Amino acid sequence: MTRYDVIVVGAGHNGLTTAAFLAKAGLKVLVLERNPWIGGAAVSRELHPGWIYSNCSYVCSLLRPEIYRGLDLARHGLQIAPYGGGLTFTRDGDFIGGYVDKDVRRREYARHHERDADAYLRYSRDTMRQCRFIRSLLMRTPPDPVSFRPRDLREMLYLGREFAKLGESTMADTLRFYSMSIADYLAEYFESDIVKAHHAGSGIIGTALGVQSPGTAYVLLHHYMGDVDGQVGSWGFARGGMGAVSKAIAGALVANGGEVRADAPVARILVRDGAACGVALGNGDEYYADRIVSSVDPKRTFLGLLDPHDLPADIVRKAREFKSRGSSGKLNIALDGLPSFPALGRGHPLVAGDMHFLDTLERFERAYDDWKAGTWSKDPYLDLLIPSLTDPTMAPPGKHFMSVFVQYVPHQIEGRAWTDADRAAFRETVFDQIARYSPDFRRLVLHAEVRTPQELDSEVGLTEGNIFQGELTFDQLFFNRPFPGYAQYRGPLRGLWMCGSATHPGGGVMAAPGANAAREILRDLRRPGTVPEGWSDD
Amino acid sequence: MSIPREHYLQAVFPTPFHARTAAANTLNVWHRWRDYTVADAYFDVALEYTALRNACTVFDLSPMTKHRITGPDALAFMNRLVTRDVAKLKPGRVGYAVWCDDAGQVVDDGTIFHLRDHVYRLCSQERQLDWLLGSALGFDVSIVEETHDVAALALQGPTSCAVLKRLGLAEIETLAPFGMRSYGFEACELLVSRTGFTGDLGYELWIDPEQATRLWDRLFDVGQVVGLKPMGTLALEMSRIEAGFIQAGVDFLPADRAIRAERTRSPFELDLEWLVDFGKGPFTGRRALLEEKARGSRHRLVKLDVEGNKPAKDAFIYDRRRRNVGVVTSAMWSPAAKANIALASVQMPFGAPGDELWAEIYYQKELKWSRFMARCTVVEGAFFNPARRRAQPAADF
Repeated sequence: MTRYDVIVVGAGHNGLTTAAFLAKAGLKVLVLERNPWIGGAAVSRELHPGWIYSNCSYVCSLLRPEIYRGLDLARHGLQIAPYGGGLTFTRDGDFIGGYVDKDVRRREYARHHERDADAYLRYSRDTMRQCRFIRSLLMRTPPDPVSFRPRDLREMLYLGREFAKLGESTMADTLRFYSMSIADYLAEYFESDIVKAHHAGSGIIGTALGVQSPGTAYVLLHHYMGDVDGQVGSWGFARGGMGAVSKAIAGALVANGGEVRADAPVARILVRDGAACGVALGNGDEYYADRIVSSVDPKRTFLGLLDPHDLPADIVRKAREFKSRGSSGKLNIALDGLPSFPALGRGHPLVAGDMHFLDTLERFERAYDDWKAGTWSKDPYLDLLIPSLTDPTMAPPGKHFMSVFVQYVPHQIEGRAWTDADRAAFRETVFDQIARYSPDFRRLVLHAEVRTPQELDSEVGLTEGNIFQGELTFDQLFFNRPFPGYAQYRGPLRGLWMCGSATHPGGGVMAAPGANAAREILRDLRRPGTVPEGWSDD
Repeated sequence: MSIPREHYLQAVFPTPFHARTAAANTLNVWHRWRDYTVADAYFDVALEYTALRNACTVFDLSPMTKHRITGPDALAFMNRLVTRDVAKLKPGRVGYAVWCDDAGQVVDDGTIFHLRDHVYRLCSQERQLDWLLGSALGFDVSIVEETHDVAALALQGPTSCAVLKRLGLAEIETLAPFGMRSYGFEACELLVSRTGFTGDLGYELWIDPEQATRLWDRLFDVGQVVGLKPMGTLALEMSRIEAGFIQAGVDFLPADRAIRAERTRSPFELDLEWLVDFGKGPFTGRRALLEEKARGSRHRLVKLDVEGNKPAKDAFIYDRRRRNVGVVTSAMWSPAAKANIALASVQMPFGAPGDELWAEIYYQKELKWSRFMARCTVVEGAFFNPARRRAQPAADF
C-alpha cells in the first residue's frame, strides 16, 4: 500500500487548497472525497440538462487573492466576473437600488431618505475601517492568547499593533462593533426602514441569529471584507459556477503532483500510539500517512471519524458543543426565460445584481422567529441572483439559471426530519415571495432543486447544514475557532490537523483556512513555505 | 427635490448652464463633478487662464454643494459647527470657514453666506447633510440641501466688475470683498457676492436655475467687449493654486471620509490658524485643538518656491539630510507669479518660513524620464495677490 506524506479528508475548496500548497512544497499528497464529484460546497452541477447550478455557494468575493495567485488559479481556468450591485423590493411596488456608481447610488438612497443617502458614506467609511483590520488577520494563524510561547507573543504583539493603527476612536468603535447586532449598528447610521433593511441581509446570511442578536454586525463584515481585484466589498461569479473554484484548485494540486480521489468516503481516521496515522475507507481500504488533515467540520471529525477513546474528553465535549446550527436553504432554478420585475421596468441593470424582498427589520426578525419555532420563514429573506445574465456558460442562450438563497431554514422541522411534502411547501413559500414581485416567474420555471440544511448535512457533509461549517459568532472566531487552544490548525492528536471553514478565518469560500493550515504543516515539517503572506492594504 | 425612479438612466446631470457650456465647449472635454458634468476646458486652457488674469471669465460652479440653514438657532448652530466666530459675520457678508470633528480634524472647508438674520447658506466641497444634521441635535434650525435649486457662475478677472456694470448692476463697484448684494434680473433675484476661488477681482452670481441660460447670454452680450470668455476647471485649478487656496480631497482628506487614522489634518496643519477662534465659546473640535495648540501639531501646510521650472507634482519632500519629511499636494508653474510654486504637507518641525527643503521631481520630455532634486524655499502669503482683488471701489480693469 502506498504511503503518503499527507492525506486530506474531503475535497472541498479548503481541503484542496491545503493539499495544493503541500504538493507545491514537494509532499506526496492524497485527497479523499466521499462524493463522486469534488468541491464540497463549491460545486457546479448539471442537475437539469443544459443548466449548470452553483447549487451550494453561489457568489465569490472572499477568495483570497494571495491564494488565487499563489496557486496560479487563473492558469487553471478560474475567472471571476464581478456583478453590479443589488436591490431590495418594497411592498408598495417600489425598490431601493444599490447601484455601483456612487452618485447614482446616493441619488437612489436620497429618493427614499435624503439624510440616509449622505449617511451611507459614513457607514461605508466605518465598515471599511473594520474591514481593513480584519483583512490584516485573514492569512495569519491566530495567536493563542494565553500562551507564552515566543511565536504567540509575537503574534499578539502584531495584533496589538494592527489594532493600535486604527487610531483611538476606531479602536473604541471596534470593541463595540464585535458585540453589536446588525440592527443596532445600522441604527447608528440610518433612519429609514428601507435603507436599513437593504443592508441588514449581510448580517444574517448563513447565521442562526436574528438582526437584533448581538454578534450579527460581525457577520456583515464577513460579507464586506472580500474584494474582486481590489474592489473591496464587491462580489462576483466564478465563470462556470462555483465548481470552477474547486476545479482550478484541484488543477493546481494535480499539476504539483498531488492526487484527488472521488467516490472514496473516509469512514475512520486511524490512530496508533496516540498519533493519527492513516484513514480507512467505507470499503475497508486503508491509506497511511504521517499527517492526516481533516477538512470536515469538528463534529464529523471528532465525533464521527475518530473514536472518542482516542481523544481527550475535553475535545469530545467541545466538538459536541460546537455550534453549527443550520439556518439556510437554497432553491436552484432552471428558467425558460428572463422573468420580469414590473417595479424595475425592462432592461434594468440591477436584475444582474442580488435581489432581496424584506423591506423592514421587523420582517427580518419575524423571519427569524419562524426558525426558532422550528420551521422555515414564511416571509423569508432571499438573496436571489440570475448568474446566467453575467455568465453565459450557466444556461442555454435565452434561458436562465436562478440561484435563490433562503434565510431562515431549520435543519429539522419541529425536531423531525424534512419530508418531501415539507420541501414542496418550502418551495412554494419561496416561489410565492418571488412571484409577488415577478408575475411571470412561475410560468418560466422548468426545474427547481430544493436544498435544506438536511441535504447540506447529508450530501455536502456540513453538520446540521451550517454553511460556514460552524457559526461565525465571536465565541467561535479567531483564536476561538473551532475551540480555544486549537485555533492553530493542529488537532488534539499528533499527526492530526484541521483545515476546514471551522478553522480561522471561517467560511465564505475564502480558502484562507486551507492555506493557513498548509503553512502550519510546512512550518511543523521545517519545510520552506509555499503559502504566500497576506497582502497589506497599507 | 423629487427624484424619479428611472434616474439611473441618466447617471450624470447637465448643469443649468449646460445648453450654453456645451455650445461653448469646442474641445468637448468634460468631467464629473458629483451629480453633474462640467467642462475641463472650452477652447484652450492657457488662453482661458490668460483671459482670467487679463480680462475675465465665467466658470460654472453650479455643482458646488450648498446647504441652507435657517431658524432661531441658526447663528448658535453655525458657531457650534465652524471654528471661526460667525457672530462677527453680519448679514450681507460672506466668510471662509472650516469645520472639524471632535478630534479637531478638518471635515471640510467652504463659505458661509449670511443671507439675512437667521438664514445662512453654506457652500462646501463635500456633501454635508449627514454631518450638519448630526451636529444640529438640540438646535432649533432647519437644514436643507439646495445644491440643485441654485445655479451659480463665477465671474472672475480684472474686467469682471466692468461686465456687471454693463449688465446694469447699480453701484456694483462699491461692493466690498466678501460682501454680497441682491439685484433684480429679469423679474427674479440675482445674488452677487464678491467672492471667488481665483485670488483675483471677481464675483459669484447665484440665480434660479430657470434663469441660468438667460444670465449667461446677457453676460456674454455685454461682456464680450471687455474680453469675457468661458473657463473650465483646469484653468480654475491653476488660479486657485496661485491664490494659495486649498482643496478638499487634494490638499487635505476630509476627516469624515478618512478610513486610515492619521491621514487627516487640523486647521493648524493647513495653515488656517486664523480661522480658529477659541474665544467665541464651544465648537466642535475645540478641546482637541486647544490640546494641539499646547502640544504642537504633527504637520504643516507650506507654500514652496521651487527651484527650476519643472512642476513638483506629487513630489516627495526631503530635508537637508535627504530624509523624507512630506509630500507636495498641488504644484504648477505659475504664469502670473512667474515662479515654480507648490503646496506641500510636511512633518513638523520642518518647513518653517525660510527653511530649505528639497523636492524630488520626476519629469518627462519626449518619453524620456528624468529626476531632479529641486531646492525649495518656504514662502508666506499667496503666490499671486493683485491689489485689484481688494480695491474699493473695484476698478474697471
